[in-house]
Amino acid sequence: MLKTDVAIVGAGPAGLSAAIKAASFGADVIILERDKWLGGQLVKQTHSFFGSKNEYAGIRGIDIANIFADELEKMENVQIMLETPALGYYEDNILTAYSPQGKMLKIKPNTLIFATGAMEKMIPFENNDLPGIYGAGAVQTLMNVYGVVPGENVLMIGAGNIGLIVSYQLVQAGVDVAAIVEALPEIGGYWVHASKVRRMGIPILTNHSIIKALGKEQVQGAVVAQIDEKWQPVKETAREFQVDTICLSVGLSPLIELLWQSGCHIVYSKELGGYVPILNEDLETTVPGIYVAGDASGIEEATSAIIEGHLTGCAAAKKVGYEVPKEEFIKARKGLESLRAGPVSQHIRKGLSLIRR
Amino acid sequence: MRIKDHPILSSQPARTVTFTFEGRTLEGQEGEPIAAALHNAGIKVLRHSPRLNRPRGFFCAIGNCSSCLMVVNGRPNVRVCVTPLSQGMKIEYQEGKGNLDVED
Repeated sequence: MLKTDVAIVGAGPAGLSAAIKAASFGADVIILERDKWLGGQLVKQTHSFFGSKNEYAGIRGIDIANIFADELEKMENVQIMLETPALGYYEDNILTAYSPQGKMLKIKPNTLIFATGAMEKMIPFENNDLPGIYGAGAVQTLMNVYGVVPGENVLMIGAGNIGLIVSYQLVQAGVDVAAIVEALPEIGGYWVHASKVRRMGIPILTNHSIIKALGKEQVQGAVVAQIDEKWQPVKETAREFQVDTICLSVGLSPLIELLWQSGCHIVYSKELGGYVPILNEDLETTVPGIYVAGDASGIEEATSAIIEGHLTGCAAAKKVGYEVPKEEFIKARKGLESLRAGPVSQHIRKGLSLIRR
Repeated sequence: MRIKDHPILSSQPARTVTFTFEGRTLEGQEGEPIAAALHNAGIKVLRHSPRLNRPRGFFCAIGNCSSCLMVVNGRPNVRVCVTPLSQGMKIEYQEGKGNLDVED
């Protein structure tokens, strides 16, 4: 059995920044990651990040993953276990995992940080299960990590940041984007991304939704219509797009199965993307010693995940007895506060106000 | 189809391997997910749903959604979106929920 001060599940931006922080105060850290690389979804982010210099603004996501990996490599008190999915956490404080050699591992951590991330949402429409319909993140992975394009022409559903960015990346990969369809009256993503795709001539249809996908064995087209304020299709506005790919960018849901299984108190929050854990100001769940950072605590983006990682890294190290200056906590909390200050984050603030204890 | 020119990404050359899909011999790159190699070969239907027999393809790419379960080297329910391709792999469609080849 392995023993450690801090075990971290998930090696995305939240998990890695938590590991670096906790280890910097002297804590022993084990990171468990189901994929075979560090960085989680950062590895497919070919665009530069925004925000402040402290959180890697101006650097592409793929390069941020490498910065984290280099930093962790220098730390002797961090053990990284790739291709090792965590399986469960039990009453006797044992975390189980599955090793790449096919062995069951038992780890006894003093504290635990879940940084398990999120998965893509689906929306209901006729034929929404046809091959050729992808989550936007899946398309990003296929193109930017494995160098394979999903098809020749794409209809993008959702004009949030992911929909806009992936549309741009599709064009970079030589794929035609027919249109971006957005059910809301306004574009949800940043103007800088929206402007980029508009400059390339891609129409963004607000107040529109997909009605059905066409095709028998795989996508051969899509029907899109304008929708009214009750989200019902407006008569005689339906039009057909000749596409072989439909890309869904309609939001994410936190991956909280392990938190649920660990006995943490979970509630539903529309604003934060689904079921989320109740957390205190250190991002500790209702089970003492279990912390949550990143999208698993509510859907935001990579920069807030990095700062939440810092905060939980500090809190976990302190919990096991290492000295952590007060200023570290203040800095992380202030960082999150300023990230969430803008009008775009209104729903996040509302969601968080309901689940913080 | 593979991306040839990309403004940001550079592709690292990987070893080309051969594998079979439903008896057809295909080529892919060693270590890429099986689903990426199939995609590159134009194969988008990865399974049929157990009850209504509806075609299913690549959806989440992170091993979460179960849309891409196939039989790999005789083993059913393999998530081909996260399983690396290797030389000589035998990839097949799965019947229903899949059968294990167990001796009675």
